[in-house]
Amino acid sequence: MATYRELLAQVKEEIEEISTIEAQGRLDPSEGSLFVDVREPDEWEEGHIPGAVHITRGRLESRIEGLIPDKNRPLVVYCSAGSRSAFAAKVLGEMGYEDVVSVAGGFADWKRNGFEVTIPRVLSSEQRSRYSRHLLIPEVGEDGQQRLLDARVLLVGAGGLGSPASMYLAAAGVGTLGIVDADVVDESNLQRQIVHSTDRLGEPKVLSAKRTLQALNPDVRVVPFQERLTSDNVERILADGWDVIVDGADNFPTRYLVNDASVWHRIPVVHGSIFRFEGQVTVFSPGEGPCYRCLFPQPPPPELAPSCAEGGVLGVLPGIIGSIQASEALKLILDRGDSLAGRLLLFDALGTTLDEVTVRRNPDCPVCGDSPTITDYADYVEFCNAPLGLD
Amino acid sequence: MAAVRIPPTLRAEVGGSRELEAHGETVGDVIDDLVERYPALGGQLLQDGELAPFVNVFVRGEDIRTSDGLDTPVRGGDQLILLPAMAGGV
Repeated sequence: MATYRELLAQVKEEIEEISTIEAQGRLDPSEGSLFVDVREPDEWEEGHIPGAVHITRGRLESRIEGLIPDKNRPLVVYCSAGSRSAFAAKVLGEMGYEDVVSVAGGFADWKRNGFEVTIPRVLSSEQRSRYSRHLLIPEVGEDGQQRLLDARVLLVGAGGLGSPASMYLAAAGVGTLGIVDADVVDESNLQRQIVHSTDRLGEPKVLSAKRTLQALNPDVRVVPFQERLTSDNVERILADGWDVIVDGADNFPTRYLVNDASVWHRIPVVHGSIFRFEGQVTVFSPGEGPCYRCLFPQPPPPELAPSCAEGGVLGVLPGIIGSIQASEALKLILDRGDSLAGRLLLFDALGTTLDEVTVRRNPDCPVCGDSPTITDYADYVEFCNAPLGLD
Repeated sequence: MAAVRIPPTLRAEVGGSRELEAHGETVGDVIDDLVERYPALGGQLLQDGELAPFVNVFVRGEDIRTSDGLDTPVRGGDQLILLPAMAGGV
């Protein structure tokens, strides 16, 4: 039977320790070392070594492989004084991590030496609880959640696609949601536009959506634009600065307007469209991939492009497509995973099939091509009704 | 023999089918085969013998405009997707 003191001495024999001065030398990212802070959350919140990841000693074994799958990555483990990190280093070695050192003297000694410290922005206890399932995901975590809270997403349309997209973005804690829509809630909307409800009939959609979203999550600020997006107001609306646009418009003129504005402002657009049982969804990322005009250089004649009001739509379809849009928007904000840029997903609810086609940037595109011929807003209504093949 | 996906906006012209089998060595041949059997499709897909600018055709997941257009070869078992732009979002 060993006492704590004996056990600690024994563990320190079995691991490698470095001084805080040596640790500081490994701070440069080119060194390839990852600092792992195993202290308690309240200690982390008061400051930590820059670039460190935080896993409490109690959760080290269960979390480390999810966070650091590469067992050859050099790890510099620290706590406040070097004892907890010694035990942590031993267990990491037992788990197969090849290159682990513990910082003798720990964070207390680091601070005494006047080395750089990062004070993390912290979530409130309510936020920690609300977003706990995000905080558990390595790809989101506390940093990712802060990114979401700082993010600004503009939704064009508070209808079928905008309903689920805005609700999931609000639930996820996207801090600012702008919503552009001129319409009021109509009875025929409620079969699919779940952000609204029967007691909102006749109410402007942007205000109805705002009530629903803020009831869902008071962290979210909703900026309503009760107007149709046009060439005249697009610059004013975009002047607020948006990280991502979620396009759920219901007409071609708005689609082309959103595209041109997003190319010129370099804002990624998560595009969705629906008709009857079929949906299309993709990401247009200016400077990186194709734009809407690369995919659809010209709108179809009106008789070939019936709207949902004319042709109908299965109520749940915008739920599926709008949710994929929300997922893409969150990934863009978090800068995680592979976006749908350059890929168009085609969903058919009737056959329950999902097809994917490749969309390439067109070097001759009049807006995002190498020698653009369209450089300012046009009359998009006229463009979409104009006879084709004349340009 | 290729399988051609018919978008909802063109199904009225083909008796409601979601997918049709069609023959041809190239995309142009496959479309000609379809138009021969469903003449109403012609005006929706072609302009002056060329693919209408508002119609996209994908073979093996690639837009034929980025390969050889209507001359793009079609192999047995290929899937062609006729893709119109859809504006609807609400």
